[in-house]
Amino acid sequence: MRLSVTSFRRVVLAGASCAPLLLAAAPEAHAAGMPQLDFNNPLVTGQVVWGGVVFLFFYLALRGWALPKVDAVLQNRSERIAGDLDQARAAKAEADKAVLELRETKKAAAAEAQAHLDAVLEHERASAAAKLAEITERLDDEIARAEAGVVAERERALQSLRPIAVDVAESLVERLIGARADRAVVEAAVARATAQAAH
Amino acid sequence: MAGGSSIDVLGQFELHPVIGGLGQALRLSQSPIYMAVAVCLVLAFLYYGMKPKAVVPGRFQAAAEICYEFVRNLAVDTIGPEGVAFFPFIFALFFFILAGNYLGLLPFSFTFTSHIAVTFALAMMVFLVAIIVSLKVQGLKFFAHFMPAGAPVALAPLLVPIEILSFLSRPVSLSIRLFANMVAGHVMFDIFASFVIMLAGLGFVGDVLAVGPLVINVALMGLELLVGVLQAYVFAILTCIYLREAVAH
Repeated sequence: MRLSVTSFRRVVLAGASCAPLLLAAAPEAHAAGMPQLDFNNPLVTGQVVWGGVVFLFFYLALRGWALPKVDAVLQNRSERIAGDLDQARAAKAEADKAVLELRETKKAAAAEAQAHLDAVLEHERASAAAKLAEITERLDDEIARAEAGVVAERERALQSLRPIAVDVAESLVERLIGARADRAVVEAAVARATAQAAH
Repeated sequence: MAGGSSIDVLGQFELHPVIGGLGQALRLSQSPIYMAVAVCLVLAFLYYGMKPKAVVPGRFQAAAEICYEFVRNLAVDTIGPEGVAFFPFIFALFFFILAGNYLGLLPFSFTFTSHIAVTFALAMMVFLVAIIVSLKVQGLKFFAHFMPAGAPVALAPLLVPIEILSFLSRPVSLSIRLFANMVAGHVMFDIFASFVIMLAGLGFVGDVLAVGPLVINVALMGLELLVGVLQAYVFAILTCIYLREAVAH
């Protein structure tokens, strides 16, 4: 049993490995018993024709129907991914622009506020200065007026002092010389003395 | 399969007419039926896989897309930008052979890629397509390829026949590679499966010993799954290489 198995194996392996030779010598191959090499069997050659029909159908079905379907799905996916990426990129650009705009606006607003503040400060400073000047002027006025009043008062006081001084001088002269001095002379002397004192 | 004291490993490759006399008259065997089944399975896989048309694919759709992109990258990377035009052809070849190889791994089924008539027809188709594309793209310059560039003219009588022979051997090597791989794999399956049955006939000791070939067959199934996809890939990439030569200016 074992022997027949090994001899069969040998025949088969020899047949398989010497296939080109067997193919070249088909009648001997037929004797070796490989059904594939029995080219007198119409079923063997019939495979070629039927196989051609089946393969042609397969090729046409693949080319015209099955593969374009796969291709459409893959195309759709890559387009979709590309579209989504573009959209994301556009959104990012927009966001960047918005951030930039925000920053610009913020900067402009800060500048405006600063300018406004400066203007207000300037205005306040100016108005304060004006007020100060006005007050100073008024005070100067008042001081001048007060000084003038003081001078007038002193003048008036001096004027009212003169008759007293004349009286005092007249009575002093009377007491010293025992006689009444001429009032006009006394008056002139007092005037001279006060003029000297004023200087 | 196991016929008493001998093993019929080649019976699995025999063709039988389907639907009786009509099948015989139409030369219709189970082989074209399996081809049709393979083609329908691939088309159904693509149809149901791509049915959701989801932007975020599910598992089934992802599998269909991976198949599409795998073959497309294979075609475009190997052939170049012109590969897009040949992509459906490469896809058809790759999945026709792959589905054929894998269908044949199911128990009681038939492997149409184990028939030299089928693989040789596929290889001849590739060969003729490559020649037609070559002549269309390069015109008569195509024949200049038989004289390697830079070789001394004196060697032409030696080199040109060698180049022509190597060119003509392409469909032969392409078809026999696939055919022999499939035949060898299925013969091995049959032999080890027969061992199991024959050992089982020896009583208890045989039952124990039969575990050996059974384990080997399980391992062989793994190997054949690899070989099935590898041979389809080799067939497809060699086709791409031939077509790259054809479209090269």
